[in-house]
Amino acid sequence: MGAIDFAKLPHIGESLLRKEDYRFLTGAGQYTDDIVLANMRQAVFVRSPHAHAKIISIDKTAALAAPGVVGVFDGEDVAADKIGGLPCGWLITDTQGQPMKEPPHPILAHGKARYVGDHVVMVVAETLEQAKNAAELVVVEYEPLPAVVDVRDAMLPSATALHDAAPGNHCYKWAIGDQGAVDAAFAGAAHVTKIDLINNRLVPNPMEPRAVIGSYNRAGDDYTLYVSNQNPHVERLLLTAFVMGLPEHKVRVIAPDVGGGFGAKIYLYAEDVCLTWASKKLNCAIKWNCDRSEAFLCDAHGRDHVTHAEMALDKDGHFLAFKVHTDANLGAYLSTFSTAVPTILYATLLAGQYKTPQVYVEVDSWFTNTSPVDAYRGAGRPEATYLLERIVSRAAWETGLSQDEIRRRNFITEFPYQTPVALQYDTGDFPACLDKANQLADIAGLPARKAASAAKGLVRGIGYSSYIEACGLAPSNIAGALGARAGLFECGEVRVHPTGSVTVFTGSHSHGQGHETTFAQVVASRLGMDPSMVDIVHGDTGRVPFGMGTYGSRSISVGGAAIMRALDKIEAKAKKIAAHLMETGDADVDFANGEFTVKGTDKKVTFGQVALTAYVPHNYPLDKLEPGLNETAFYDPTNFTFPAGTHICEVEIDPNTGVVRVDRFTAVDDFGTIINPMIVEGQVHGGLVQGIGQALMEHCVYDRETGQLVTGSFMDYTMPRADDFPDFTLGHVCTPCTTNPLGTKGCGEAGAIGSPPAVMNAVLDALAPLGVKDLDMPASPNRVWTAIQAAK
Amino acid sequence: MYAFTLEQPTTLADAKRLTAGGAQALAGGQTMLASMKQRLMQPEHLVDLGGVSELRGIKVEGQRVVIGAMTRHQDVANHADVRKLIPGLAALADGIGDRQVRAMGTMGGSVANNDPAACYPSAVLGLGATVHTDRRTIAADDFFQGLYTTALDAGELITAISFPAPTRSAYAKFRQPASRFALVGVFVAQTAAGVRVAITGTGNGVFRHAGLEAALNKSFTPDAVNAVTIDATDISADLHASSAYRAHLIKVQTQVAVALANG
Repeated sequence: MGAIDFAKLPHIGESLLRKEDYRFLTGAGQYTDDIVLANMRQAVFVRSPHAHAKIISIDKTAALAAPGVVGVFDGEDVAADKIGGLPCGWLITDTQGQPMKEPPHPILAHGKARYVGDHVVMVVAETLEQAKNAAELVVVEYEPLPAVVDVRDAMLPSATALHDAAPGNHCYKWAIGDQGAVDAAFAGAAHVTKIDLINNRLVPNPMEPRAVIGSYNRAGDDYTLYVSNQNPHVERLLLTAFVMGLPEHKVRVIAPDVGGGFGAKIYLYAEDVCLTWASKKLNCAIKWNCDRSEAFLCDAHGRDHVTHAEMALDKDGHFLAFKVHTDANLGAYLSTFSTAVPTILYATLLAGQYKTPQVYVEVDSWFTNTSPVDAYRGAGRPEATYLLERIVSRAAWETGLSQDEIRRRNFITEFPYQTPVALQYDTGDFPACLDKANQLADIAGLPARKAASAAKGLVRGIGYSSYIEACGLAPSNIAGALGARAGLFECGEVRVHPTGSVTVFTGSHSHGQGHETTFAQVVASRLGMDPSMVDIVHGDTGRVPFGMGTYGSRSISVGGAAIMRALDKIEAKAKKIAAHLMETGDADVDFANGEFTVKGTDKKVTFGQVALTAYVPHNYPLDKLEPGLNETAFYDPTNFTFPAGTHICEVEIDPNTGVVRVDRFTAVDDFGTIINPMIVEGQVHGGLVQGIGQALMEHCVYDRETGQLVTGSFMDYTMPRADDFPDFTLGHVCTPCTTNPLGTKGCGEAGAIGSPPAVMNAVLDALAPLGVKDLDMPASPNRVWTAIQAAK
Repeated sequence: MYAFTLEQPTTLADAKRLTAGGAQALAGGQTMLASMKQRLMQPEHLVDLGGVSELRGIKVEGQRVVIGAMTRHQDVANHADVRKLIPGLAALADGIGDRQVRAMGTMGGSVANNDPAACYPSAVLGLGATVHTDRRTIAADDFFQGLYTTALDAGELITAISFPAPTRSAYAKFRQPASRFALVGVFVAQTAAGVRVAITGTGNGVFRHAGLEAALNKSFTPDAVNAVTIDATDISADLHASSAYRAHLIKVQTQVAVALANG
């Protein structure tokens, strides 16, 4: 079935209430920490208090003798058992054709600790309290080394290198685009707009911190790993094939209910391997719960770019060329997808919604004494959108155009469109999104609102952001050519039971997205049954055939598409069974609303009758058809999907205190076909809160001298709260995706991608009369007030 | 959290006996329990004062409001007499932490802890209150002695705090964005003995500002604050505010508080 027919099915576009909410709201969810196994011990990690230090010695004697302790392990023990380091899943090839520097990433520090929170020793004891007490008895002698936490320090010749394998702390220099053509275009430009900006580092902070249970079963010589993770099959692949040298069938990974991920739970972490490894050594199950303080220290962080960019324009405000140089902070080690974020997932989006003929992007990535940096809601695309939409609004102000007009003059309007940075957009309607956003944001009423603010001594400003993102990761052949060390397809199995109810096994994973509802809507709509008759199973390599997991807003467009393909197979087989029952040819059978009919007759059988026949094949074409109704499909997309839209933010600022209040926020998004508008709205709200949070509040700060994490708790790391926001105004434009069978594009990250530049452009618009021309995120009261004073 | 023993006395005499023996008083626990969970504090013996009824409750004695040390923030905020006689104090209590903190935290616990960003110390000092302990009375001006330091001796328990009703008063807090503690909090009170201005959140513990008091004694108006110079030298700087910004906010929040007090 194709996207056009799909969108017309019953239940598609209905805001069905979430099936999963009953268990979440009544405390019946089963998170990793809710799982208690027999013979289960508790693990605690001793972490480096230094940003950079040689490990001179580790004395485990007292800890080993402490009550309840069953094991104390360090990097020497790991090395002795030949357990490998954590792998990086994406190989970047540099501008000279050389592979990126890939220093070892040991699961317990070996010789050196490279960031505050680096794993040094694991203590396992009967109880958590015993493990914590024993951890305090481990004596680690360190020789502190100079630390670098900022890329601008890491690149200095005087900087101390973290890794022998990465001289100068440099991981790679990577580029995309035609540098010569860009330079030529700049030479003929009527105007050049320049910008320097920092994309602030963020801590993901899912509501449920990471949690792990490693469990070895001696009877089968196999393992079960429970882990709060977004992609259990990827976790298993990395753990077995790349680190422990185990065959995959000996490890079952279960990611049960997971309380949010935002990217931080994509990766294989040191703790996951340590617990799996030690569970066999100690012949027991071992649980580790990350506490909130540890999550700040050692979850993979997001963003952290320093960028200079220039846009060349002609005399009419048309973009001629865009050139960018970005220094990206990778942290102390390469996390699973870290290297792809500031390259493949960033630079390819820098054409944005515009027909800029030439774009050239150069990226240097650096190691620093900080927690590893990896994908965080949006992963490269927020960084691209922030840069592009900031410089576009600045170009508007410099050339005297409105923020609206400069975008309109440069919009791509014909599709498919090949950008100068590799991507080919299949469809979109950018002017329609802008028009609708203008209307919903009541731009006509802005002058009156500005005057009302001025009467109160306040300033008001408006900011635009027209974003595009690439979702639905990814065509495996393209990803492979770009360095991915895995395929990026998805798998779905549809199991029709004899009485006609359905269980679906999907390789996508839901950790807040509501797949159990949305995917059930897809299946129920196709098969003409009530969604309550469809259950979705995910998050278990022992039950789901295969999967690549959930990230990059890929679930419905890739995971959903795999289910659609499996449903195609179900429908095709069911038609044959129905044709047999109705004594007609397969080609004469139609299927709609759960009924099989014969063209031109009143003959019909229901889906339930067909299902029962498949499993009770008394009257059945056994010579031509197997019994049963159970189909699996793997779907590999032919292109990315391209959600796009325009966000408009309106802020009011008190110049006396620097406080920025978001007064209005309008988001008009084109997600293609929408299956459950309520769930989409929830995703947009969450994304907007994270994006506006980045713009105004969130900032992960390390001390530039000592390398200590300054924002190590919610006392200093400003998490956005509900009362920080107005009601959001949402609107939609729909151009269905042309490359998947649902027409969907993905909506999980759009809010976090589109909103930060809309907010910052609004802040700068408001502050312009006060002489403020530039400001980095987050626009905290202190920063805004200080900028106003500096401009006086 | 390290292991500890917990006692729950129901009389002040028992509580005194236990704390005299070196046990740590627990007065709501909204700071201490979080510190204990992070293993930053390690009391071996805890004495929960929550069951001592003598330490709870609010009474009016003439033109004074006397508040028991174990009175919860929400009970101060909602008390009709406090709202009538010292509305600035009721409003301050209503703005501490969140609903959960206000349901558990106590005035005595907050004042004894003297967190440099806590709200209550500014009201105690700003209103010129008297701190009653199990062994003496201490004037507010003598009580607060800088960062987490008070005039209390080891084992000494606050029993109540007595507030004289001012002519008018108000508290204005500029919240630190992350913790929502006071980045700068200013309590102003016009009293029979003159205007008092107490400032919290700026680093070294609550303090009175003579310049602001002098200006507001001349004219209890927001405009009177404009001419006052705030010396930023001893004002703390951190991620959330430079010294200059905090110094500026002292003036801004004083103006807000004066406007509130004037209605």
